[in-house]
Order: sequence, then structure tokens, then C-alpha cells
Amino acid sequence: MNAEALLERPWAGRLLGGEANRRKRTLILVSLLAAFLAFIVVGGALLGQSGLSTNVELRNLAPSLRYPFGTDWLGRNMLTRTLKGLTLSMGIGLLASSISACIAVLMGLAAATMPRAVDAFISWLIDLFLSMPHLVMLILVAFILGGGAKGVIIAVAVTHWPSLARVVRAEVLQLRQADYVRFAKHAGRSRLWIATRHMLPHLAPQVIVGYILLFPHAILHEASITFLGFGLSPHKPAIGVILSESMRYLSTGRWWLAFFPGLSLLALVFAFYSLGSNLRLLADPWSAHE
Amino acid sequence: METPVPVNAAGDVPERYGETESGAPLLEARGLSISFFQYDRGLRRRRITPIIGLDLTLERGEVLAVIGSSGSGKSLLAHAVLGILPSNAEVGGELFFEGVPLGAEEQAELRGRRISLVPQSVNFLDPLMRVGSQVLPPGRRDEEARDRVKSIFKRYHLEAEDTLLYPFQLSGGMARRVLVATAVISGADLIIADEPTPGLHPVVVRETLSHLRELADEGKGVLLITHDLEEGLSIADRVGVFYAGTTVEIAPVAAFAGKGERLRHPYTRALWQALPRNGFRPLAGSQPPLDSLPPGCLFQPRCPISTTECLEEKPALRKLGDGWVRCIHAA
Amino acid sequence: MRDLAVFLAGKAARLLLLLVAVSSLSFILVNFSPIDPVQAYVGADMMRVSPEQREQIAEYWGLNDPPLQRFFRWASAVLHGDFGTSMIYRRSVLSVIGDRFAASLVLMGLAWLLSGTMGFLLGTLAGRRRGSWLDRLVKGYSLTLASTPVFWLALLLLYVFAVWLKWAPVGMMVPAGVEASQVSWTQRLDHLVLPTVTLSIIGVSNVALHTREKLIDVLNSDYVAFARARGESERSILRRHALRNIALPAVTLQFAQFSELFGGSVLAEQVFSYPGLGQATVQAGLRSDVPLLLGIVIFITLFVFMGNLTADLLYRLIDPRMRLGGAA
Repeated sequence: MNAEALLERPWAGRLLGGEANRRKRTLILVSLLAAFLAFIVVGGALLGQSGLSTNVELRNLAPSLRYPFGTDWLGRNMLTRTLKGLTLSMGIGLLASSISACIAVLMGLAAATMPRAVDAFISWLIDLFLSMPHLVMLILVAFILGGGAKGVIIAVAVTHWPSLARVVRAEVLQLRQADYVRFAKHAGRSRLWIATRHMLPHLAPQVIVGYILLFPHAILHEASITFLGFGLSPHKPAIGVILSESMRYLSTGRWWLAFFPGLSLLALVFAFYSLGSNLRLLADPWSAHE
Repeated sequence: METPVPVNAAGDVPERYGETESGAPLLEARGLSISFFQYDRGLRRRRITPIIGLDLTLERGEVLAVIGSSGSGKSLLAHAVLGILPSNAEVGGELFFEGVPLGAEEQAELRGRRISLVPQSVNFLDPLMRVGSQVLPPGRRDEEARDRVKSIFKRYHLEAEDTLLYPFQLSGGMARRVLVATAVISGADLIIADEPTPGLHPVVVRETLSHLRELADEGKGVLLITHDLEEGLSIADRVGVFYAGTTVEIAPVAAFAGKGERLRHPYTRALWQALPRNGFRPLAGSQPPLDSLPPGCLFQPRCPISTTECLEEKPALRKLGDGWVRCIHAA
Repeated sequence: MRDLAVFLAGKAARLLLLLVAVSSLSFILVNFSPIDPVQAYVGADMMRVSPEQREQIAEYWGLNDPPLQRFFRWASAVLHGDFGTSMIYRRSVLSVIGDRFAASLVLMGLAWLLSGTMGFLLGTLAGRRRGSWLDRLVKGYSLTLASTPVFWLALLLLYVFAVWLKWAPVGMMVPAGVEASQVSWTQRLDHLVLPTVTLSIIGVSNVALHTREKLIDVLNSDYVAFARARGESERSILRRHALRNIALPAVTLQFAQFSELFGGSVLAEQVFSYPGLGQATVQAGLRSDVPLLLGIVIFITLFVFMGNLTADLLYRLIDPRMRLGGAA
């Protein structure tokens, strides 16, 4: 431990709680998140279809103990609809993010390891995608594909890979220049060996964190697109659908139709963001100021 | 560790470290220690003490060179005297300026006015501000202050128009002189030069050092912190040797001669003999890491004359002839 | 000066390439769309349209020609400033975009200014006192905001202030049923309040976090340490050194946010029925108005590009290190 290094980062000693606390906190966060997710999925499944059937007598009930989120104009239990909607959003978000992450890793690797021309092309492609207005492109792609779950998933997947790809590319390029990698090459290690033993451990944390941080983006964008009418069909209880439908009833004072579903979505997205940023701080403490 | 004594003991024969016939020294450190709480990657919270029990004095009109290897925490000394250590630092021991204990309040009043810093590089200047505005003493934008800046610039062979330059436009040598100018314009009596010549052209190095010597000759006290023994010896009156967080010897510059017979501490002698002109004989081993300091004397693991007594406790700094040394075997 | 000219020329070339790529891409994609444009145009009357009429409509819009020909026709028209006619609004695409963008611009502009200043203020206050309750509030607030769906916030505000408290109108840009020329400034402002507030709230977090981080960097920098060593007071350091060094990054970040800004506008306009370009985009998409949609895609791409360009330019023109050329 170098004394002069202490002067370079005078605030280092004050990282709130420090490393051990961060680990503990992340662990708690992960368990909370897992519990939350389980609650959503299991809860939605348990409540079953009963909450979704029309029941004229139970129409437009404000939130109560029996119906914590109230009921809608068809008598459907809003809690059930919300939980199912969240499950749907998570599923779509997961699928879209996974595809996006795969594309990102492949593109990033290709750019960093293949000949210059390929790199130039991919970098230009990344720049191109990043210069395009995000939501507009999502609308365009979803529109092209005719909407629906397929449209949303592909739209989100295709527009979210550039920033992660850029990170992967930068990391791999840097790693290739690293001394220990060059030594290993000189020492005759196979490329696969170098890739898995040296590069992967450094790359993995970044990719995992990037992947996890993709979820909240994907989920929010899916909800936005669906809200606008380009996404999932109105027959599915997606959060976007729930919220767009609730607009009609807002003026009649049925605030719970919009409040709780949106709040739940916020909670879900927030959970993922917290997890992602905590993981990032764990992986690279100097990356952010606490 | 000696107990503190009343400082105005003019006329006493100085047997206590820190007193001179003319009164209180300009700067004095007694048992100074600086520690930090560290949160290292993957490790728990722990305490690091880069400076332990450091003693030194500095008189007006003299240059005291504090020599220590890079990364040993010497800069922390400068920051400690000025009172600009980060907030998670804990300072122990005592610091005195002209005999007055240096507390936070005193430091806030003195820095920039009676105690000035000559920092390492041009990075210590605001990149978006013209150099002239930064050389001005804080709070003084009047005509008189500006004229002073121009005249000091002239003294250091800088043009008046150079005040309009931005830091990145300064050459290495110009940057050095601007940094010295900031210290001089404050009118400070104590100038701390923290590694003022890192990797510079020899001509610029000599020039900078001569400026510092000039300042001392004018009656100011200059604390030169550096890792380069040769540089230190070229302008210093006395040399303080810094090892593993503490001063191990303070010797007059004349003692650095021949084979180093007049140097008392084995580390000092090793440093002297390691110089290219003295045979280039390096000493094996390296400074102990801050998280695993040896028991007893910190130099003991590498010391050629260590005995079992050296493991017992850290020696105190004691006067020996015309210098001070922290070794039980010195004679 | 020459440097600047070279820089601008490079940017112009990039813009051109970008626009060509985007328009080609969009056109190709639209071609693969399963939507039948004739049906979109005719709408509900589809049943009553005879096959001959269908052919006529297809001919009129040039829908029967091979794709490449259509693309070149469209592209050359665009180069002459003719973006075609909107199927929904029965006007030239450019005029629709013009009107709608003006409306959106007011909304986005106000929100942009508001969120920029608020974000900068909050970020500065938080960065000054790290670890304080204010700092933690700002950080938590920012993370929460980043997780908030814009349209949900819009719905909430709409409910609270328009339906429940009845302080603001329920939507649109002007009071319903009033002649456009009769609408007063205060009425316009009235209708702008809620959408502007919505967009501003969401936009604050990015700037706040970024400013906070930059301020912390600056306060821990070597030159601030030296300023302290020279006896400068914390207040003076903040004023003379810190603000100057964080202002530029904050402003450039704001300019680089045009994409998010427009995205938020699309959603807010939908909730508040504000007749801006965002709403037009949604309508164009829902009702398969291809010329309008393509026109909007190109226009917004240009808009975002201008934002990024401005951000770049600001650095070049203001930072003395770039303005006066490299180190001496």
C-alpha cells in the first residue's frame, strides 16, 4: 500500500461503509430482489385466473383490504392484473435483454479481435445506432413488425446492444494490450487458454453488470411502447396496456387504476437499477463516487 | 520520547531536540504521526500510519532537505504542516511554527500567508484559469497586487504577458518558475517545496534549486522534500533522512563526504554509498510495506549492524555531535 | 480557425452519411412491413372501395412501383425538400412537421431549461456536502426518477392537478372549442405547465448526478488542494474554481440529451393530448402514415445530431485547451 496513493484519492477512506459493508448490502439487495421477483411471479400464479374474469358486481371498487389495488371497470382484481403484468414485463425484458446482450458481446468481440475493416464497420454501426433517436426507432421497428410481443422484443433487442458492445470492445482491446496477455502469448499459450484464463475474468464482471443494467431499460421501454399502442395486444394484462386504459377513467376519479400498477413497475425497475449499480461498485470501486 | 519544554529557552545550551540559541525554530515537528483509515479492495477496514514519530526542525535562512524514497509519504508531511490533509486523516504528535503550536485555526491563518507551498507540477494549477489570476494572493485583485505579480514574474524571467497564459501553455521551465512565484508572492517565511523537480531537464532543475537557495539566503526557511539525494545535497544546509515513516537521521551537509564516515545511521550511509559517484552500491531489500511493519527499529531487517536489542523497541531521535540520529548503535 | 473548418466539414460529412443510412434503413424496414398502406389511407371505408379505386390510389401514391424505384423517387424528392404528403393530415409532411415541432419545441425547450438549472443546482449542493442528508436525498431521488416511467408520472400529475385539484386543464394545447387566434398567452402557459413539469422532473436526475460527480472530482483535484494550500476560502474555491470547471460538462451533457428529451416528449404529449411532434409520431405509427413517419425519423435524427454537435462545439470553443490548440 503506497502512501502517496492515499493522497491521490483522499476520499477513498470514506467510502461509506467500505468494502465489507458493500458486499453485505449487495447480498441483502440480491435476496430482497429475489424475494420480490418470486412474490410477483408466484403471487400472480397463485391468484390465478379468477381475478381476471369480469364480475360486474365488483366494478370500480377503490382499494381496500380485500382488494389492495382496487378493481377496474370490468370488476377485475387490479392486484392480479398488476402481478401478471409485471411477470409479463419481466419475461419480455429478460428475453429482449438477453438477445441484446448476446448481440453486444458478439459485436464487441468481433470488433476487437477481427481485422481493422471489421472493427471500423462495427464501430461506425455502433455510432449510427447511438445517433438515432431512441424511442422513435423503437416505434419504427415495432411498427414494421406489426407490434405484438415479437415486435417489442425485437425492437428492444435491436436498439439496446450498442452501448454494451462498445464497452465490450473497449475492454477486449485493452486486455489484448495488457502485458500479461502478451507474455502469455509469447510463452506459447493457446488463444483459447488466454481468452478463458486471462480475459474472461476481467470481462465477465463488466458484461454481467451491463446485462443486469439492461433489464430496467428494456422493461421501461417495453412498457412505454405498449402504452403508446405499439406493443403487446390489449388482451394481455401488460402494465403499458393497464396504464393506457386507465387514462380513460382518470377523469372519473379512479386513480388506483394508474397509481398502483405504475408504482409496482417503478419498484421493479428501481430494484434492478439498485442491484446493477451496487454490483458495478463491487466490481470496480473507483468507477463512481459514493 | 522527550517531554516538551517551554520553547523560549534562549541562552540554554541546546541538548533538547528542537531548540537553538536564537530562540524557537521556524518549523518544528515532534513525534508527528499521520494515519488513515483504509478500505482496500477486497480487504476490511484498517488503519495505515504512513508517518510515525517524525521529528525535525527548520531554521530561518536554511534549507532542510528531507530525503526519502518515492511513495514513502513525504508529501504527507507538507500537507500536514499546511493543514490540508484529507478529512479521514488523523494527526498525532506536535507541530510548531515559530514556537506556536499549529492547530487547525493557526494553519488556516498561516497557509498562503506565512507558510507557502511550491507544488510538484502544473497540474496543481486550475486548467481553466489564466496563470496570472492564480498567482495573485487570494482575495487581492487590486492594482498593487497585480504590479507585484508582474515584478515577481520579471524576477523569474517571465514576461508580463505571461500572466495571461493558461497553464497548459507553459513550458516545463516556465511552469516551475510560475509555481515558485506563487510561493514568493505570498511573502511567506516558510517555503515547503514538495518534489519540485520531478523528471525535469537538468538545466531547469538547477535553476529551480537555485531559486530555492536564493529564498533561503534572503532569510526564509525552505523545506525541500525530495527523493533525489544529489539534488538535496546541492542546496541544503542540513539533510533529514526519511525512512519507513520517520526521520532516521538529520545531518549537516558537510557530513556527506568521503565514504560517509561522518554519517551515523546505517541507512544514510547506504544511501550515500548507493550514489553513482560513490560506487553505486545499492542496499538489498526495500521499505517495509505499511501494513506489516517490523517490530522495534524499522530499519532493522535490512541493517548490517543490527543486534537483538534492535528488535525490542523503536529508538528515539538523539543528538550526536552536530546532528541527530535514531539508532542505538550510533556513536 | 482552420481546425474549426476541418472539424465542421467532418461533422457535415458524418451527418450526411448518417441521414443516408437512417433513411435507407427506415425505408427498407417499412417495405417489409405487413401493413397495407392503402388500407391505412382509406381506413374504415375499405369495404366500400372498389378494386379499381384501390388501383388508382396505389398509382397515385406510387405504391406499385418496385422498391428501389420508389426509394430513389422518394430520396430525390426529399433532396428537393419534398417529403411527400401526410396521409393522416392531408398536408405536406414538412408543414405538419413544422407546426408540430414548433409546439414540441416550446414544451421541450422549457423543460430542458428547467431540468438543466434544477439539476445543476441540486448536483452542486449534493457534491459540496458529500454524505450529508441532502446528498443522499439527491442520489436516491435521481435513482428513483431514472426508474420512473414518464407516462405514469404524467398520469399521476394529470390526476392530481387537473382532475382532483382542478388547477390545470386536462390536456391539449389550447382550450377546446376556442378559435386559435383568440387563445391568450396565459391560456397557452396553462396548458404547458403539466407536461413541462413532467418532463423537467424526469430530466433532472441525469444532470444532477453528473454535476455532483464532476464537482466531487474537482474538489478532490490537485489544483483545488493547492488553492487551499494558498489560503483560499472554501467559498472562493467553489466560486472561482469549481463552478467554472463543472459548468461546461453540465451544459454539454444537457445538449447531448436531446434523444431522451424527445422520447419523454412523445410519452408526455400522449398523456396530455398535447399536439406536438411526439403525438404526430405515434399517430403516424398507429395509422401507418409512412411518408410522415419517415419524415419524422429523419427530422428527429437531425435534431439529435444537432444537439450532439452543439455539445462538441461548445467544448471546442470554450475550453481554452481546445480553443488555443494543444500544449505549448
